[in-house]
Amino acid sequence: MTDLSPSGLSLPSPSRRSLLRGVGGAALVAGAGIPLLSACGSSGSSSDSKTVSVGSNDSDAVPKKAYADVYAAFQKQSGLTVKVNTKDHNTFQEQINSYLQGTPDDVFKWFAGYRMQFFAAKNLASPIDDVWEKIGANFPDAMKKLSKGADGKYYFVPMTTYPWAIFYRKSVFAAKGYEVPTTWDQLVALCKQMKKDGLVPIAFGDKDAWPAMGTFDQINFRLNGYDFHVDLMAGKAAWTDAKVKAVFDHWAELLPYHQDGFMGRTWQDAAQTLVSKKAGMYLLGTFVAQQFTNKADLDDLDFFAFPEINSAYGQDTVEAPTDGFMVSKSPKNKAGVTKLLEYLGTPAAEELYLKGDPSVVAASNKASTSAYSALQKKAFEMIGQAKSLTQFMDRDSRPDFTSTVMQPGLQKFLQNPKGVDSLLSSIERQKKTIFAS
Amino acid sequence: MSSETPTKSPEAAPVPPPGPAPVKKRVPQGHQRLLTRRDRITLAFMAGVPTVLHVALVWITALASIALAFTTWDGIGFDSIKWVGLDNFKQLFTDNPQFWPAVQHNIIWFVVLILIPTPLGLFLALQLDKNIRFSRVYQTAYFLPVVVSLAVTGFVWQLVYNPDTGLINSIIGANKPGHYIDWIGDPKLNLWAVLIAASWRHTGYMMILYLAGLKGVDPSLREASALDGANEWQTFKNVIFPTLRPTNTVVLVVTIIEALRAFDLVFVFNKGAQGTELLSILITNNIIGESSRIGYGSAIAVVLLVISLAVIIPYLIATFRKERRA
Repeated sequence: MTDLSPSGLSLPSPSRRSLLRGVGGAALVAGAGIPLLSACGSSGSSSDSKTVSVGSNDSDAVPKKAYADVYAAFQKQSGLTVKVNTKDHNTFQEQINSYLQGTPDDVFKWFAGYRMQFFAAKNLASPIDDVWEKIGANFPDAMKKLSKGADGKYYFVPMTTYPWAIFYRKSVFAAKGYEVPTTWDQLVALCKQMKKDGLVPIAFGDKDAWPAMGTFDQINFRLNGYDFHVDLMAGKAAWTDAKVKAVFDHWAELLPYHQDGFMGRTWQDAAQTLVSKKAGMYLLGTFVAQQFTNKADLDDLDFFAFPEINSAYGQDTVEAPTDGFMVSKSPKNKAGVTKLLEYLGTPAAEELYLKGDPSVVAASNKASTSAYSALQKKAFEMIGQAKSLTQFMDRDSRPDFTSTVMQPGLQKFLQNPKGVDSLLSSIERQKKTIFAS
Repeated sequence: MSSETPTKSPEAAPVPPPGPAPVKKRVPQGHQRLLTRRDRITLAFMAGVPTVLHVALVWITALASIALAFTTWDGIGFDSIKWVGLDNFKQLFTDNPQFWPAVQHNIIWFVVLILIPTPLGLFLALQLDKNIRFSRVYQTAYFLPVVVSLAVTGFVWQLVYNPDTGLINSIIGANKPGHYIDWIGDPKLNLWAVLIAASWRHTGYMMILYLAGLKGVDPSLREASALDGANEWQTFKNVIFPTLRPTNTVVLVVTIIEALRAFDLVFVFNKGAQGTELLSILITNNIIGESSRIGYGSAIAVVLLVISLAVIIPYLIATFRKERRA
């Protein structure tokens, strides 16, 4: 199974990551944590001109194999060897600070957006404008925007992406005569109808704390637009703004139609209610398809964009977390790195990757879509037509803010939707101190 | 907060026999003859390595954490460490909505452990001490949860409490819309749910400690009380329990430490979501991960350290005083 959580954090069962974290946490409580952490960086990047090293978080079998095929093709074409250093997905992410400060690989796998810009601003990544001169034509404008640092230089080569949307079963909608809602009022009306028909209108599980961020994002950029999303995530707009309050008011209106008991439910379990047709809709990324192991069920799965709330913005924004590559601060083999990234930025490389991992779509709009499934085609069109692409709350903002303030904050809202005002002023106070540091 | 201190009973601490030391007559130079050069090197090595490790891994890191608690640092380069004085603590005490609940939960954790599993463990130990049949089997069964890693315990209990497919909700039919009992997520329930799991484990731990204590009770005391016509309860209350005093001290300290270092179980259970916040989890969430708030996390760690010291120091003072008296 591919690890496609929007946050990139914790996907399957809690076991692997929690154990690792547990060990780290125990060490910390003993007061021995900090120097240990910085000792975790990888070492031994090769220095000869025939090799390029790549640090990868693709520890899951499917993407690992798919990338191996891509590197093999690159080797055949260029004669350069790619030395891949794969780490567990979550470990890679948790150690990224010390990894990039130590002796990182020449190229490393990372996420587009704010999380990329953060390391660019810290001078832990190298600009790659020269690569983009060659590959620029392969990508739509929205992808270009995602690949630039705050200084306007390119730091990132996007590889794959996937959209967030509302998923539903075609057969259920046909049997009950439901229509795909395009406005907020239609969505609420549909929820009411589903409830009357004995369905759970919206499947939901927030045990891992990130799914709620997805709902917030959708309502926020539908209501307040892409620019406000960016400002809010970057800590510029205030959480006490009436616009944010309005997002929570809309959410509160929809909350009674969400599946009960969501605080203790994982997204996988919530997806199962859609698989068993007990739920009518589910707002999630396309990785929800992983739970549809039966071919007939998968063919019955479809999705639509979150309905319009504010006509000024329509449905112009799509949340499409994008994964790709960055270059570390002082790569050993600069010429090789450029060659590798130029190759990875070609439609051919992306097509080759998608052959091995069909759960995502290509970031390039030049890549052939002929091998796509119906879901992939739809996802690709949705992303291609978007005016703006967002990444996800925890990729568009500081990870320390989202994990220590927003995750518990949103869970608190879900438990007690009436306490929004005090919650928002608490979030704003904490945000100020975090963004000031 | 190292956990090895308490496992050693204070009574078991090697107290030099106060009797006369005949060796002393042999004048100071005896020392040099006793220790060869090699002995001294070995000795220096054996004492030196643990000391260096201890200083490096315990003292230096603890002091560094304390120093970092007065700074902000994102963990990237030492030049980004900024001195902020007491700001971290001010934020912690006034702005952090999770801090006070976390302190409260750590205290509840301790109170519950001392009130429920501890007496239960004592009760089980008393039963097993009677040499009933299959005593070994029971001992193993009750002690097994202690042997199993807490992360595994958390995982297993999480399956029991799962709102949709969990054992409990499936049996009582609480997994239908409108009837949900959210054991893991509901902030009114989840702390108690996880405490049941913690107690399940702690009972076995306490049982073993008390069982060891009971084995040390002189059988002649029981005989004497039986001869005096005391019934079972009287024997326990007036004879056995008072002789278990050293064990009780160990139990108390172990339980306090368990309550302060509670982490793995909850982390696996629901990552310390609302209702189950704990200090240890707040520290982890703030320090581990990318663009970490090391200064802020250290401030929470210092609070935890202060709480631990407030508990441990009186214990140490009492122990040393007793040793001096002996």
